[in-house]
Amino acid sequence: MAENKQTAESAVSDVHKKIKAAFEAFDYESNNTVDVREIGTIIFSLGCFPSQADLHDFIAEVEEDHTGYIHLERFLPAMTKVLLEHKFPPIPEDLLLQAFEVLDKEKKGYLEPEELTKYMTQEGELFTQEEMDEMLTALADHEKNLIYYKDLINQLTIDPDM
Amino acid sequence: MGCGTSVATETQRKGVETDDTVKTPTPALTMKAAVLIQRWYRRYMARLEMRRRYTWNIFQSIEYAGEQDQLQLSSFFSFMLDNFTQLNGNGPDLISQLLDPVVEPWLERETCYNLISVPESYTGPRLSFPLSVSDTNALLSAFKEQQTLHARYVLQLLYETKKLLKQMPNIIHLSTSYTKEITICGDLHGRLDDLLLIFYKNGLPSAETPYVFNGDFVDRGKKSIEVVMLLFAYLLLYPDYMHLNRGNHEDHIMNLRYGFTKEVMQKYKIHGHEILQLFQEVFSLLPIATVIDGKILIVHGGISDETDLDFLSSIERHKVKSALRFPRHSLEQLDIGQSCRQMKRMRSTDGSRPSSSRSHYKNQRTPNQRKRRCRLSRQDSAASTSSSSSSSSSSSSSLCSPRTPSSLTPHPCLSSPSMPYTINVLQVPFLDSLSSVSPPTPPQHEREWKQIVDILWSDPKTQEGCSPNTFRGGGCYFGPDVSQRLLLQHGLQLLIRSHECKQEGYELCHGGRVITIFSASNYYEVGSNRGAYIKVGRELVPRFYQYQVSRTTRKLTLTQRVRAAEGSALRALKEKLFTHRSELMLGFQQFDYNNNGRVSVSEWAQVLESVLRLDVPWRTLRPHLAHLAPDGRVEYQSCFEDMGPGISLPQVTPNLAETLFRYRTDIEIIFNIIDKDHSGLISVEEFRHTWRLFSAHLGVDINDKAIDDLARSIDFNKDGSIDFTEFLEAFRVVHKLDNKDQQLNGKVDGDGGWRSIHEGKNLNANLREVLHVSAEKLVERK
Repeated sequence: MAENKQTAESAVSDVHKKIKAAFEAFDYESNNTVDVREIGTIIFSLGCFPSQADLHDFIAEVEEDHTGYIHLERFLPAMTKVLLEHKFPPIPEDLLLQAFEVLDKEKKGYLEPEELTKYMTQEGELFTQEEMDEMLTALADHEKNLIYYKDLINQLTIDPDM
Repeated sequence: MGCGTSVATETQRKGVETDDTVKTPTPALTMKAAVLIQRWYRRYMARLEMRRRYTWNIFQSIEYAGEQDQLQLSSFFSFMLDNFTQLNGNGPDLISQLLDPVVEPWLERETCYNLISVPESYTGPRLSFPLSVSDTNALLSAFKEQQTLHARYVLQLLYETKKLLKQMPNIIHLSTSYTKEITICGDLHGRLDDLLLIFYKNGLPSAETPYVFNGDFVDRGKKSIEVVMLLFAYLLLYPDYMHLNRGNHEDHIMNLRYGFTKEVMQKYKIHGHEILQLFQEVFSLLPIATVIDGKILIVHGGISDETDLDFLSSIERHKVKSALRFPRHSLEQLDIGQSCRQMKRMRSTDGSRPSSSRSHYKNQRTPNQRKRRCRLSRQDSAASTSSSSSSSSSSSSSLCSPRTPSSLTPHPCLSSPSMPYTINVLQVPFLDSLSSVSPPTPPQHEREWKQIVDILWSDPKTQEGCSPNTFRGGGCYFGPDVSQRLLLQHGLQLLIRSHECKQEGYELCHGGRVITIFSASNYYEVGSNRGAYIKVGRELVPRFYQYQVSRTTRKLTLTQRVRAAEGSALRALKEKLFTHRSELMLGFQQFDYNNNGRVSVSEWAQVLESVLRLDVPWRTLRPHLAHLAPDGRVEYQSCFEDMGPGISLPQVTPNLAETLFRYRTDIEIIFNIIDKDHSGLISVEEFRHTWRLFSAHLGVDINDKAIDDLARSIDFNKDGSIDFTEFLEAFRVVHKLDNKDQQLNGKVDGDGGWRSIHEGKNLNANLREVLHVSAEKLVERK
């Protein structure tokens, strides 16, 4: 029906607007470019969960030949595709909990900062020291200096936007 | 490729494994788990960062919009001056007293403070002049303990400061040869904590630690008096090592609106008036610029393409008391505005929809541009006009604020610089970016006024050129070519200015030639931004020191802080929605063909954007502002659900109510001016008269009967006088969910601890690294 077509078109247009809004937040000079290092933040904020490898691939596609900048012209179609095809789907909460439980070998119900640091900085898609410090500040219980992951998951995965 | 899928499969397997395996998971499993957590965490931080940015965006947009209201207020003063009819025999005196004040002659003499006796019971600091270190130390400890300095000492200190400043030139020249390093601080805005933190980290002013404070010491914060008393005290103590530049808030008209006047009157009920008068004198005597080693220029706002430092050195700076008081010449041109107002009012009954020509501008890139152009289009197209009487008030202000949100770089100002009213109707639309109605050779005092206002109000922009903002050439947006030219012309290499809030406390632009330094941390809200100061030594390379005053940060996580700031921003935004309700409803109804209370998200955003002209990401914020119906469309009435009037309103028509809500602050100021004896009461006649003037100025179509009814209804004790504080309370917008919000904001900690972060980033370090900080870094210093 005509209405459906209109809905599809307006869906795409809404996606475009969403992408533009996220992009503009980092477009400091208002010239439709963002620093390539902000792309991860933008993609994450649009609801996607790319891996580091995914990010690298995406950036390679859209970057303007090593200028360090990404232009909206190329970002928009690539990102629209990602969103409409649900390319980097989110991680469900229960998987996240299980992941923490894997790392918590002794099943204490919490992780110590040293433990978490070891895993985050030596395994998988390595954290930098900076990221690690940030994570500990953000997640560790202030008094006991332990990471009670069960509480964290409940508290922090509730996402009001989008 | 669907990385998500493969992980899911893996972790499903993992789920089975952990049930019956030994405690130690396989290395592969550990890695998978780590990856999952890393990915999740990175996304979480990115989302948080995004929310932080939107929050920042909202605060800046609203501040920008608020500044425009301010300009409207001062245009109203001028309007009143021109159109004043007798007000109970007081005539124009009370307004001109405000605007062209003649300082009481007795304030020139020492008797202004000598006659004030300080009671035995006073436990605050007792200053002895000339000041010594023990006096400044006494002030420091007194203020830390929340004590108030006695009016006598305030007046004496101001009197001495005035004497000292009279001897100073307009531009102060400093040299680094004999000192270690000069510390340069930006806006403080009455934040005593930030000043104390700077002194704590960096040292008190002394021969070894000279300071330059770059304006905006007062307004907004609650401790403006304390801040400025300390600064003046150190100025008196060490005139060679303490230097103050004037800011745009060192201006008695700005003070009326932004809180300093109120603070003085509240803390000094008896002598407040004299204190304010002396402050006015002192402010206008503050130097307007400082130059270090003939190489670094420090001014509060910026420059324009007409800035002439030699001319500026020669003028009588104290004659420019306020930026918002136009020179007489400009006032004459306001008459044109009047006829436009008539025209406008005739059209204001036309209930057409918000300008459809708006869509033409949507393709343009700069949000800021859109903001100003929107204004123009509304007034140009004959069909599109203010659809309700209250909407004309928002479209009437055709001014750009002198300040610009940092993230939104302005393009050439497209709405023409005009009278602060509907003169746009006569102007050439949108291609003409330069001032149009300037006289061939402006009289001397107007040139002086413009030069000073440019210094105090201008902002840098990334595009080349210099575009005046619409306020009769007051303040400009200056491009890299303008700063380049000026620096070259005078053999300078760096321009340091303040005036704009920056998230990191400082920002470089124009290829590093221009630095913004801002020293009021948490300016919008707890956690909104850092403060910073610059240290510069003989090699003239600036080093930046950041800090953030935080009484509660230790107890709040990053999430909580972002949420608190976000909550605050959203509240402010909701208030804006509420106070523009009738316009918005009209706009929504235009799209609601079936009259079922719903519009699409796009239409909803469009209406908001065109009515409120705030450049915020409406779609992203939608979940916080309005409900969706089951069919995915927005139930637009839900925008206004959370808000309401403070107490039961007197019987007023909706239009009047909304205007009152929107202009509450301005009305408060006007009432305060009229209430010369600060009794809190004005006569019914004064109320009526003021109200009539104000609504005429706004173009709000309110008939006399409505005003009379209103006056009568609030004259509760029927004795012919109105307690306007009570009246205004009725029009304070209240958030129905207030208690819930307060929980999120956390409670104030008693220990008043500070946390300082990030020492000395050398400018020569990776600039990009420094500028593009993507997430809050708060490292606990052990």
